[in-house]
Amino acid sequence: MVAKSPQKQEQTERKIRVLIAKPGLDGHDRGAKIIARALRDAGMEVIYTGLHQTPEMIAEAALQEDVDAVGLSILSGAHMALFPRIIGELHRRGLDDVLVYAGGIIPDNDIPAIKEMGIAGVFGPGTTMEETVEFVRSHVTPRGVGEEE
Amino acid sequence: MVDTVSRPDSKGIRAQYRNGAGRRVHNGELTGPQKKTGSERKRWEETVVAKSLTRLPERGGPEAFTTISDEQVNRLYTPADLAGFDYERDLGFPGEYPFTRGVHPTMYRSRYWTMRMFAGFGSAEDTNARFRYLLEHGETGLSTAFDFPTLYGVDADDPIALGEFGKVGVGVSSLADMEVLFDGIPIDQVTTSMTINGPAAIVWAFYIAAAENRGIPRSALGGTTQNDILKEYIAQNTFIFPPEPSMRLVVDTIEFATKEMPKWNPVSISGYHIREAGSTAVQELAFTLADGLTYVQWCVDRGMDVDDFAPRLSYFFNAHNDFFEEIAKYRAARRIWARELKERFGAKNDRSLWLRFHTQTAGCSLTAQQPEINIVRTTIQALAGVLGGTQSLHTNSMDEALALPSDKAVRIALRTQQIIAEESGVTNTVDPLGGSYFVEAFTNEMERQCYDYFDRIEEYGGVIPAIKAHFFQSEIARASYAYQGEIDEGRKTMVGVNKYVIEEPVEIPILEMDPKGEEKQRAKMARLRAERDQERWGAALEKVRQTAMGNENIMPALIEAAHAYATLGEISNVLKSVFGVQQFSNVV
Repeated sequence: MVAKSPQKQEQTERKIRVLIAKPGLDGHDRGAKIIARALRDAGMEVIYTGLHQTPEMIAEAALQEDVDAVGLSILSGAHMALFPRIIGELHRRGLDDVLVYAGGIIPDNDIPAIKEMGIAGVFGPGTTMEETVEFVRSHVTPRGVGEEE
Repeated sequence: MVDTVSRPDSKGIRAQYRNGAGRRVHNGELTGPQKKTGSERKRWEETVVAKSLTRLPERGGPEAFTTISDEQVNRLYTPADLAGFDYERDLGFPGEYPFTRGVHPTMYRSRYWTMRMFAGFGSAEDTNARFRYLLEHGETGLSTAFDFPTLYGVDADDPIALGEFGKVGVGVSSLADMEVLFDGIPIDQVTTSMTINGPAAIVWAFYIAAAENRGIPRSALGGTTQNDILKEYIAQNTFIFPPEPSMRLVVDTIEFATKEMPKWNPVSISGYHIREAGSTAVQELAFTLADGLTYVQWCVDRGMDVDDFAPRLSYFFNAHNDFFEEIAKYRAARRIWARELKERFGAKNDRSLWLRFHTQTAGCSLTAQQPEINIVRTTIQALAGVLGGTQSLHTNSMDEALALPSDKAVRIALRTQQIIAEESGVTNTVDPLGGSYFVEAFTNEMERQCYDYFDRIEEYGGVIPAIKAHFFQSEIARASYAYQGEIDEGRKTMVGVNKYVIEEPVEIPILEMDPKGEEKQRAKMARLRAERDQERWGAALEKVRQTAMGNENIMPALIEAAHAYATLGEISNVLKSVFGVQQFSNVV
């Protein structure tokens, strides 16, 4: 799975576009900035929202920027209130194929419910940048002229 | 680099420190005994060391011996590393200029540091109970953590605050919450620290009003408001207004404290969050001191006498993993601050020259994996703070990479301080590491690099222009990204994360919070809005608006608004309408 990724990237002729979003009032941005740089260094196009984004703002940015993936960074503990709304706003805009994943301080107990919402991956402290990059590469829905795998 | 000659100010600063210890370490001449040590050192390297290395090579090349901030550490330090060292001038005696060895003559032989645990979660009732618990277990000062709505001057019932109430700290939306938070706590005897920045003046007004309602005069209140807005733009992001009106609020609070609250520290100039955002130790040192000097300059520009307010300024530093680097950082900080206050600002009162500081162990060093080992990390970090001469200390709890700390975890963290204070023996003498060739050489090196950063900040025209040019933010982001790369590639060790990893479920109890807390708070606020004296409330908010538009000190108007039960969000919104709002950057 992982080994195929670079080839897929060439075939699509379109860089993977990722929105890194900070929902709610959370002010912690160290992780979000590191991930944004790591994805960019891995050849992706990255849009970082900045802080204090409402679910509507995040979904609207995903639509306007035509992204393949949305990475939600949250360390405030408000994820269980905000994630369902973000997913709802994405669906309302027909963005059903967009890969959504999350990182931050998220207790293990919450993870099953988060995956149930349609968030494909949850990354906690100690995750390497490469793990996240490979996750995005291997989970985005192929677009552009690329062939189906 | 831009030439510095055309800017008289920075040239002046530069000229002053050229006489200081930091510069000499690189350019000083070795004389007498030091010169002899230098040549003996060379002989030792070429004979004894060379022979030893053939049998027992070192663990790696020079890159294997760097601090967590990537500073090179040499094999050995001797008097030859302290060229031009002058004990009286560079260290002096504790309690005397330049205060390198400590601000008090007897340090912990007279009084231990204040054991001050940062605490706050859920409602004011929940946190009041935690405060009482900590005091019962021997804590000697209070420290309040607020939730995100409070930190951003937003009411708990604002739609943007959804899901945030009480999550990362206690939610305080009005005087009513502040009264509950400190109910039954003798705030005329115990000092209280509040980590609040963007809306610091408003939250401080709540605290003053809460005390006044209990018959405690404001002059009797001791404590600290963090109120360091500059580092918010640099690193922590809890700003509300643009830099200039924010600085006006800070200067207002300093002026008010100077006149009316002699026991209050109106600003805690903080490197902690700069470091947590991923900076190096030197960046933490330099950016924080540059912020401190900026506050002093603004107060002087307002017409205040430096010796009237400088004694009330205090600092807050991080204690990260690299033991000696941290100790060198604190010692360098004291020496630089004393010199700058004396030489740049002409302070005459010794207390103006004292860099008093609080320390918190590094939250970003904690691992979610094998959380119990965080107790050991925290112990080493706390010891660095103590050997660096801290006045106050918070030790993180082992479970803080997972959640807010449980009662037991926070008690162990407090016990860690008590063991250092009362069992380890390190408190028996003042500055036990003073005179260590390594520590002194490293202190000098930190100082030299700090002045290099001062020069770079001056090239932008000072701290605020440098903030607007994203200088600090990009320096920190670069350091943070580099460090993450080193961890990912195993070039730096993080036990339990990239080395000595085990697969085991985490089995520590996690603090559970009231799931109905937010709902209850909304109901409480609806009641408050309905029941307060509407006329007094309206007049008080109007007075805040008028004062914000003029030049008068804003604190009396804020205290009246607090008494009128105007909410945090209402007062912030009035100030936003006058001052404007600072947008967040989306630069990575």
